[in-house]
Amino acid sequence: MSDLWIRIPLTSNYAAAYAAKDVDVDVVAAYPITPQTPVVERIAEFIANGELDAEMIHVESEHSALSACIGASATGARVFTATSAQGLELMHEMLFIASGLRLPIVMAIAARALSAPINIWCDYSDLMATRDSSWITVIASSAQEVYDSIIQMYRVAEDPEVLLPAMVAYDGFIMSHTYEPVYVAKDRAPILEYVPKNFKNRYRLDPDNPITMGAIADPNWYYEFKYQQVVAMRKAYEVVKKADEEFGKRFGRSYGFVETYKVEDVDIALLTYGGLYGTVQEAVDILREKGVKVGAIKLRVFRPFPYNELFNAIKNLKHLVVLDRAITFGGVIEGPVALEIATLLKFKSLDTNLYNYIVGIGQRTVTESDIIGIVDHVSKLIEKNVVPMESIYWGVRE
Amino acid sequence: MSFEKKLPSWKSIPIGGAILKPGNFAERPTGDWRVFRPIINQDKCLRCLICWAICPEPAIYIIDKPYRTSSGREWKFTLEIDYNYCKGCGLCVEECPVKAIDFVEEVK
Repeated sequence: MSDLWIRIPLTSNYAAAYAAKDVDVDVVAAYPITPQTPVVERIAEFIANGELDAEMIHVESEHSALSACIGASATGARVFTATSAQGLELMHEMLFIASGLRLPIVMAIAARALSAPINIWCDYSDLMATRDSSWITVIASSAQEVYDSIIQMYRVAEDPEVLLPAMVAYDGFIMSHTYEPVYVAKDRAPILEYVPKNFKNRYRLDPDNPITMGAIADPNWYYEFKYQQVVAMRKAYEVVKKADEEFGKRFGRSYGFVETYKVEDVDIALLTYGGLYGTVQEAVDILREKGVKVGAIKLRVFRPFPYNELFNAIKNLKHLVVLDRAITFGGVIEGPVALEIATLLKFKSLDTNLYNYIVGIGQRTVTESDIIGIVDHVSKLIEKNVVPMESIYWGVRE
Repeated sequence: MSFEKKLPSWKSIPIGGAILKPGNFAERPTGDWRVFRPIINQDKCLRCLICWAICPEPAIYIIDKPYRTSSGREWKFTLEIDYNYCKGCGLCVEECPVKAIDFVEEVK
């Protein structure tokens, strides 16, 4: 790595805080919730010791946190927040206001299971429940990816063709509280060259040039504003790609929409997202040593859903195993990502068999041996020529 | 649908529903949903201004126009209701101390 970077041990929470510092955010409003709290603590430290010149707004709830962010972003400020689980649910109403007002807020999500019963550990139920909120959604698999993705998302969100908020999620605890070596910028100048601050590229509240934001749109108008959001999200597809490529060119790290691991020679691959991807890669290596040819695929961007890249990643597979870390209760299949992929298979006329395993709910441990067990299980289904028409709940006690 | 005026495309309206022209509500009459129309009886009216003060819009104006009642009383000004903005809430009708405001059903 070049002289731009210093390599330090960081959790994904701290990596998120460093990213917010290095894009020079102006306003942070957040409310502490496990396992997100250290993000905000670290930003508070940056502000206290003068490393970041930002306004930290202390609020009484996540609803207020995102509301404060919305107000600040509406003035043209660069805004950051972070939350988890019930906090994200409490923000739910405001998620739609942020995207509907087209405010480029960036938020870190330490993904955590939803109550009840209360469970403070990792799964992606909180993130998946935001599916239709019109936020660009990235799921990172390493602390480095958290840092890089947050920086990239400011470039995407603030693009005048997009102007939608973005969230970057990572495993609660599994990633949020474990240290990894991360390259962070020694100086924020090169980062700001990549994401220049330009508060004049959008409508904003300015006393010298007053406008109204958040007015009523009656049935003659509302539909058109929602369609604008549809178009913006479609445009985001290209902008996310270009932001990642440009990041790669400048800084030597890029991620794409989808990552593949040893899929060139396989009929079966396992697809997942978040920190679990590392475990799946390990399992793939162990299986390959035993002569079982399998590959792994990581979905990095959930919204906009990368149908082209995913199509290319899976088009030659006979069997695709989707490991979902969230449940969409009552769905045709109950893994939220599997549901998206089933739609993709249908509309791209692929006859790849889809197997959906639910794993790691409420941070039920998923080890390499679980993944090996799943591959074994799916191999038996393939032998019997059975494609289950429902999700399989791996490891649930009978 | 053909009688409706043509509204602009999604491409040409400000994103997020922003309203870029301050004070543009003045161009947009909001009194078209009124069911009952308050009508001031200028002969009975005592010019106490309670209706003027209480109108939530406010759509009652003090007009610099003298008025002579049928009994010969001279007023230096008149109160008029702006029906472009009066929503027909009836507060003025209710509060008028001399019942000088009639409330008449709108007939189209």
